[in-house]
Amino acid sequence: MKLTKTKAYKVFKAPLIEANPVSVAILGICSSLAVTTQMIPSIVMVLAMTFVLSCSNVVISLLRHVIPKNIRIIVFLVVIASLVILADQLLKAFLFDVSKQLSVFVGLIITNCIIMGRAEAFALANDAWLSFWDGVGNGLGYGYILIVVAFFRELFGSGALFGIQVIPDALYELGYVNMGLMLLAPGVFVVIGLLVWVQNKLTGNS
Amino acid sequence: MELLSLAVESIFINNVLLAMFLGLCTFLGCSKEVNTAHGLGLAVIFVLAITTPVNWLLHHYLLRPGALEWLGFPEIDLSFLTFITFIATIAAMVQLVEMIMEKYVPALYISLGIFLPLIAVNCAILGTSLFMEQRKYDFAEAAVFGFSSGIGWYLAIVAFAAVRQKLKYADLPKGLDGFAINMITTGLIAMAFMAFSGIKLTN
Repeated sequence: MKLTKTKAYKVFKAPLIEANPVSVAILGICSSLAVTTQMIPSIVMVLAMTFVLSCSNVVISLLRHVIPKNIRIIVFLVVIASLVILADQLLKAFLFDVSKQLSVFVGLIITNCIIMGRAEAFALANDAWLSFWDGVGNGLGYGYILIVVAFFRELFGSGALFGIQVIPDALYELGYVNMGLMLLAPGVFVVIGLLVWVQNKLTGNS
Repeated sequence: MELLSLAVESIFINNVLLAMFLGLCTFLGCSKEVNTAHGLGLAVIFVLAITTPVNWLLHHYLLRPGALEWLGFPEIDLSFLTFITFIATIAAMVQLVEMIMEKYVPALYISLGIFLPLIAVNCAILGTSLFMEQRKYDFAEAAVFGFSSGIGWYLAIVAFAAVRQKLKYADLPKGLDGFAINMITTGLIAMAFMAFSGIKLTN
């Protein structure tokens, strides 16, 4: 069987564009837009998020026959919070500078609705292998939005990418000015709005 | 006076929703009508005003490095348990608030309905507690910060719901309607709130 025909591949691919958790299902934008002023923290955030999402999906999927139905939300929260603590400690140990920049937003992965939503909608009804790929797919689908937003914000807001200046000095001498609005809150909302508009146009749904 | 300044700052300038992006999911999901937005906003104020000081007490007397001195364990540092403790407090508080409301103010309880339990997973609540811990507020500041963050969130969601009700009749290009225009509208409201930045009551 070819790789692209397996069920795990389908589960992995769906959330990337057509069932994207952020732009189609409107989940989980809350906790992390503030980190998208630069590329590097955004990428670290995406990795942390994908780690927590795939692990929590696996754990909840393995526990799905044991979790009593009426206290499942509390069980989800405990599993997710433990994984987030793990991710936070790892970041503090190995990427201290980025961890400082992300500040409270690593902790806010706990209340990211994507994780809770996938646990409830997918992991509770599927085996661990599929749930793992669903977690990775959703994490990357979320990550793609985050990274595109960070790309535009860093490029137009501070004329740089990954902290390295890309807009040449000659352009600044001609009178080009960085767009300060991009670094502020309203910029994000507008960029996401336009991004979703473009995506809706391309995929043809609304 | 400093507390008043902190309140103004967290309501208008560093609005928890429009400047920190917290609680956006609920904000987009429950803002179709002004009435629901109003009820939900009140519930958020209520829960924030209770959980932030309670989390402050827990953090100060149990979790921070050296917090267990009063028990005779000055060297213990439990701060890695912060996330799980805060979210447990929030879930428990929401449950408690729900039970108290059901007993004593059933009218308000019914009007809030499903939104009350959903507040437990609203990032604005956890976010406020985490900011409170990170910025090292004292108890009075934590209480004021929690309450005024709630008011800021309430103002934002009511304003947005009012715009959105009018927006229903707008004739938008295909693809821009729905989520896309909601985000852009939020961006415009955020821009309006930025007019407050720079206001200071104390020097």
